[in-house]
Amino acid sequence: MRQPRAWLAALGAALLVTCVPPLVSGGDDRTTGTAIPGLRVLVPNAPGGGYDLTARTAVKAMEEAGLSKNIEVFNLPGAGGTVGLGRIVGERGNGRLAMSMGLGVVGSVHTNRSPSTLADTTPVARLIEESDIVVVGKNSPYRTIQDLIRAWSARPRSVPVGGGSSPGGPDHLAPMLMARAAGVPPRQVNYVPFDGGGELTASILGGKVGFGMTGVGETRDQIAAGELRPLAVTGARRVPGIDAPTLKEAGLNVEFTNWRGIVAPPGLSDRDRDRMVALWTELQRTEQWQKALRDNGWTPAFLPGDRFRAFIAAENGRVASVLKELGLA
Amino acid sequence: MDAFTHLLDGFGTALTPAHLAFAAIGVILGTAIGVLPGIGPAMAVALLLPVTYGLDSTAAFIMFAGIYYGGMFGGSTTSILLNTPGESAAVVTAIEGNPMARSGRGPQALAAAAIGHFVGGMVGTTALVLLAPAVASVAVDIGAPDYFAIMVLAFVAVTSVLGASRLRGLASLLLGLTLGLVGLDQMTGQSRLTFGTLHLSDGIDVVLVAVGLFAVGEALWVAAHLRHGGSSPIPVGRPWLSRDDLRRTWKPWLRGPLIGFPFGAVPAGGAEIPTFLSYATEKRLSKHRDEFGKGAIEGVAGPESTASASAAGTMVTMLTLGLPTTAVAAVMLAAFQQYGIQPGPLLFQRETDLVWGLIASLFVGTVLLLLINLPLAPVWAKLLRIPRPYLYGGILFFASVGAYAVGGDPVDLVVLLLIGLLGFAMRRFGLPVLPAILGVILGPGAELQMRRALQISDGSLTGLVNSPLAVAVYAVVAVLLAWPLARRLVRAARR
Repeated sequence: MRQPRAWLAALGAALLVTCVPPLVSGGDDRTTGTAIPGLRVLVPNAPGGGYDLTARTAVKAMEEAGLSKNIEVFNLPGAGGTVGLGRIVGERGNGRLAMSMGLGVVGSVHTNRSPSTLADTTPVARLIEESDIVVVGKNSPYRTIQDLIRAWSARPRSVPVGGGSSPGGPDHLAPMLMARAAGVPPRQVNYVPFDGGGELTASILGGKVGFGMTGVGETRDQIAAGELRPLAVTGARRVPGIDAPTLKEAGLNVEFTNWRGIVAPPGLSDRDRDRMVALWTELQRTEQWQKALRDNGWTPAFLPGDRFRAFIAAENGRVASVLKELGLA
Repeated sequence: MDAFTHLLDGFGTALTPAHLAFAAIGVILGTAIGVLPGIGPAMAVALLLPVTYGLDSTAAFIMFAGIYYGGMFGGSTTSILLNTPGESAAVVTAIEGNPMARSGRGPQALAAAAIGHFVGGMVGTTALVLLAPAVASVAVDIGAPDYFAIMVLAFVAVTSVLGASRLRGLASLLLGLTLGLVGLDQMTGQSRLTFGTLHLSDGIDVVLVAVGLFAVGEALWVAAHLRHGGSSPIPVGRPWLSRDDLRRTWKPWLRGPLIGFPFGAVPAGGAEIPTFLSYATEKRLSKHRDEFGKGAIEGVAGPESTASASAAGTMVTMLTLGLPTTAVAAVMLAAFQQYGIQPGPLLFQRETDLVWGLIASLFVGTVLLLLINLPLAPVWAKLLRIPRPYLYGGILFFASVGAYAVGGDPVDLVVLLLIGLLGFAMRRFGLPVLPAILGVILGPGAELQMRRALQISDGSLTGLVNSPLAVAVYAVVAVLLAWPLARRLVRAARR
């Protein structure tokens, strides 16, 4: 009785070992031009965060469009994305790893004094961008951006600015750059950070802060309902559906968008690098990704390879100069 | 009346067999995930988001609501049985729940938690239906000074859990406050007590501290004292709540939502502070005050009902204002966007079916939780019959898996072990563990809100008292502080 059962168990185990792995990783050999077998995408913040959404949405579009199969998305959150950045930089030469990131990581590198920087990575592509928006509650005395700038330049400390990111993050940088353009020294800006969107929107609605600066997407519905009044958007172009000028049109020489993109480990072979850039370039053409852009209200801002590298360097310079002035870098 | 007809329609949506099945799957998944420390309901919803891509939006959100409610409940099971809180809202439950389990009253503790959850969920969700618009308009008027005042109130309530020795209690509280300081300062971006490592710059998760101090500390303590034979398994008493238990618990169950619901609804509320306030309230009001700390059933019933009602409160601000007040709500809002639905003040009008279906499924989920978990209580409690070496081995295993799951970072395991050693040392020198946990929960929040209030007023101290609510709360604090003194004076005068 004992013997046959042991044999059966051994046979079962052998079958499991030999048959299951090929089933799980099946499809890898069917390489199309773009596929990267065993690709993993690192998300440097928690599930549900911005980089996480971007990565998971993009990966889903890739898989559905058949660009590459069985892509694994995993999270390694910490220190505003710099823990994940450290990991990417440590995976030198690994052509099967990519990381979703954005402007927030550029600032975190400085505020966390991270030993690894984005200059150490291989930039793959910028994917999307979102304009920031200057908003006030419906009962606010400021009706136009000029009203606000006048009051703000006169007494900057008594017009607190609420934003959804900690110092070094996008919502912190935007008012600092705007202040510079308006002739207010950034050190005079009374920036009040809030956790994510909820508390911030409540504070703007309740008139606790003078004005708020945050992503357009987080305020869209509140604006449609007439609870928040948009005063200006920070990007180069007006945002459809939002009745507000750009800062440039309002006479402030500043342009600012929050963006997200993909970087890969350093030291990739030319072949690996081209293959990675090609995969994310192909993604742009898929119907699935275009639909995801519309559903999420993301503005496409594709910028591949070396042009993305130059862009990161320019953003880094701008961020560093603001943070230096504030004593944060 | 309008809300009532909509709700009936909502039940029509929620009670279709398919949606009922999704609610059940959500509740079971949520409970299973809530049991693991570290993986809270927020992460559960986020990780399961891709699974629901194929579903229609109503089914997906019914499932999410089930996961949320299930996750909030699942955390309490391990809290009670293993002293290992599954997530932060269940930390307080461990204080009375675990001593109850160890004296053979595990089934009663689990039942008190399950029914507390049911009552809290029912009352909270009813309040959601009736009060949503009113609560929502008040929620945005509450600002940093009010939050700070409430934190001060919570700190005053801490004195009731300091234990026999005030000095040791305060030392423990300070340890907790120090642990709470670790990480990047949110207001200025300066790093504090991170010892130059990036891994500490997000601070130490409350669940990690609770699991370290409670579970690991205790496992080490037991291991150090187990040598001399005393490994008699824990007795398992009678399975159901007795009449006396019910007499003691029905009031805490009903008081819970009064505290939990408003906290859930305000933007910086959450579930940790209200569960603790509920505990302090029950201790003050109980006729069995001497049992607290040794397994008082009120200390399980109240906080559990509070936690569940706070989850319902969260839905209020999420659905009426589109504001996420907890991590779970934030993830659910992100999920709305995936379905092309703009969350916000217009949601009720634009997506009537979805919203009322969701609310109805909250009721359904609450009932399902009770039906599934109440019969399981005696079964779970048998877990404690496992001989102690294996039981504590299992606890350490779960604690480590959970700590790793929080961030997928091996450094968290080292931190867990160090906090466990701290917990061991605290037991060795008679320091109560609870004040330390409260320090970690209250400290960072109080600091943040005070500095935010002061920053908004540009440094003027009037910024702390310029709202009616804050003044009212400080008045309560003053009364609480003056009460013992006044009583003593009155007594002295009578003599």
